[in-house]
Amino acid sequence: MSVTTPSKLQKMIASGNFAVTSEVGPPRSADGAVIEHKGNLIKDYVDAINVTDNQTSVCRVCSLACCIRLKLMGLEPCLQMVTRDRNCIALQSDILGAASFGIHNILCLTGDHQHFGDHPKCANVFDLDSIQLIQTVKMMRDEGKLLGGHEFAVRPQMFIGAAANPFAGPNVAMRVSRLAKKVAAGVQFIQTQCIYNLDKFKEFMKLMVDRGLHEKVAILAGITPMKNVGMAKYMQKRVPGMDVPDDIIRRIGGVPKEKQAEEGITLAVEQIQELKEVEGVRGFHIMAIEWEEKVQEIVERGGLYPRPQLA
Amino acid sequence: MIKAVPKPLEEVLDLVKDFTKVLIVGCDGCVTVCEAGGSKEAKVLASALRLYFTQAGKQAQIDETSLTRQCEKEYLAQLSDKMDAYDAVVSLACGCGVQYMAEMYNNKIIYPGVDTCFLGVNEERGLYAERCQACGRCILAETGGVCPIARCSKRMLNGPCGGSDQGKCEISKDVPCGWELIYERLKTLGQLDRFEKPVDPKDWTTSRDGGPRTIVREDLRI
Repeated sequence: MSVTTPSKLQKMIASGNFAVTSEVGPPRSADGAVIEHKGNLIKDYVDAINVTDNQTSVCRVCSLACCIRLKLMGLEPCLQMVTRDRNCIALQSDILGAASFGIHNILCLTGDHQHFGDHPKCANVFDLDSIQLIQTVKMMRDEGKLLGGHEFAVRPQMFIGAAANPFAGPNVAMRVSRLAKKVAAGVQFIQTQCIYNLDKFKEFMKLMVDRGLHEKVAILAGITPMKNVGMAKYMQKRVPGMDVPDDIIRRIGGVPKEKQAEEGITLAVEQIQELKEVEGVRGFHIMAIEWEEKVQEIVERGGLYPRPQLA
Repeated sequence: MIKAVPKPLEEVLDLVKDFTKVLIVGCDGCVTVCEAGGSKEAKVLASALRLYFTQAGKQAQIDETSLTRQCEKEYLAQLSDKMDAYDAVVSLACGCGVQYMAEMYNNKIIYPGVDTCFLGVNEERGLYAERCQACGRCILAETGGVCPIARCSKRMLNGPCGGSDQGKCEISKDVPCGWELIYERLKTLGQLDRFEKPVDPKDWTTSRDGGPRTIVREDLRI
């Protein structure tokens, strides 16, 4: 995989080192200092910082504003964009805006249905879906063109990412097919759903490798440390498309309450070690949900620190 | 067909409680099939209103009738000699019928008696399910005969999303994942090759996004 954009994340992946990304969730208020604080907590341990876009359909400070803030701090943001809330005019406008501040990574998502969030009665948009957003960013970057046909000179230099959930229905083969579709649309990196069922993930990666898809897209394995057994049970039962095997519940639940967080971190570290050996895995996306202060420990113990300094 | 449900009785009562002469008009079209607004439902509603007025000690004249279709002028015209006798009319037709009646009888108060819901099928008596959103450009030939606009909660053209779980949509275990249905049907038809080809953004101009829609069929116009 060669370097085609100014993205530092792309450069890290192209160097052959394991890439590390993480994410920060914006606040539900106008407090900009939150993102600054979270960014500072993780900046030395990751190559790029995703900012979630009104995740789980809960209204928060917008991803674009937070990405600009991180960029002005000298960090490497990754703009998460869902198609739920904005039509293609607004999406393309935000992409141009992000690029005008030198933001070079984007994660194209459809987004959770608003049913989950704090405005369940609102209208949704879904003018595009994630795959069409990938196509759109690629066209803007490679052809200097908007969906409406307008051509422009200064193009957004985006390293294009998307998500993949190997554990969702109906089966692993279809999930590989859908990822193949994202590759056909132009995606360059993937951050996966949180991985707890390693056997199933390996089955997914084997199908990817068999088709040579791992050469076309960089897979960053999704890691989310469990804070306690309650979180593990919640993710197993309540989060659609999440696959948490019973032995994970037993393991976290098998230690005293005050030790469960530590066990969760140790489990995450072991997962990283095991996933490093899986062909096609080129890095890790660490989603420490409202637990950003633990990213440092996971990266260090996962043998991913110090981050390589690339010229 | 168009599917509707009767409005709660309290809501209709609240609309008509201050009138003394009310006409309930059923429609023998779609709303009869889904048992929301046909002649039978018009009778039932009229009886309920009569009972309410009697119990409230008010004098009121509540009559009911039904038209073949309320979305056609010829049938709506059948009310022309009756309308003056009433203060208000409750139409049990879909939103089209209510509006068309209001257009024809401009100075009359016309209230809706049903909530119009969607274009759907009769899965069983009393169980109706959406199948079409009338987007104006049918893509069923490409999607195995299952519509992603109507049956995917995110109207994705390249689904399923990562929230699809054991055949169900992320919004509810009672909602089938439209894209799993498409995938399975394409598999059955031996057309899975379609599945990996990205579908371009949809032209929504023929849908509600293009503004109120009109069909002009010159071949049919006299």
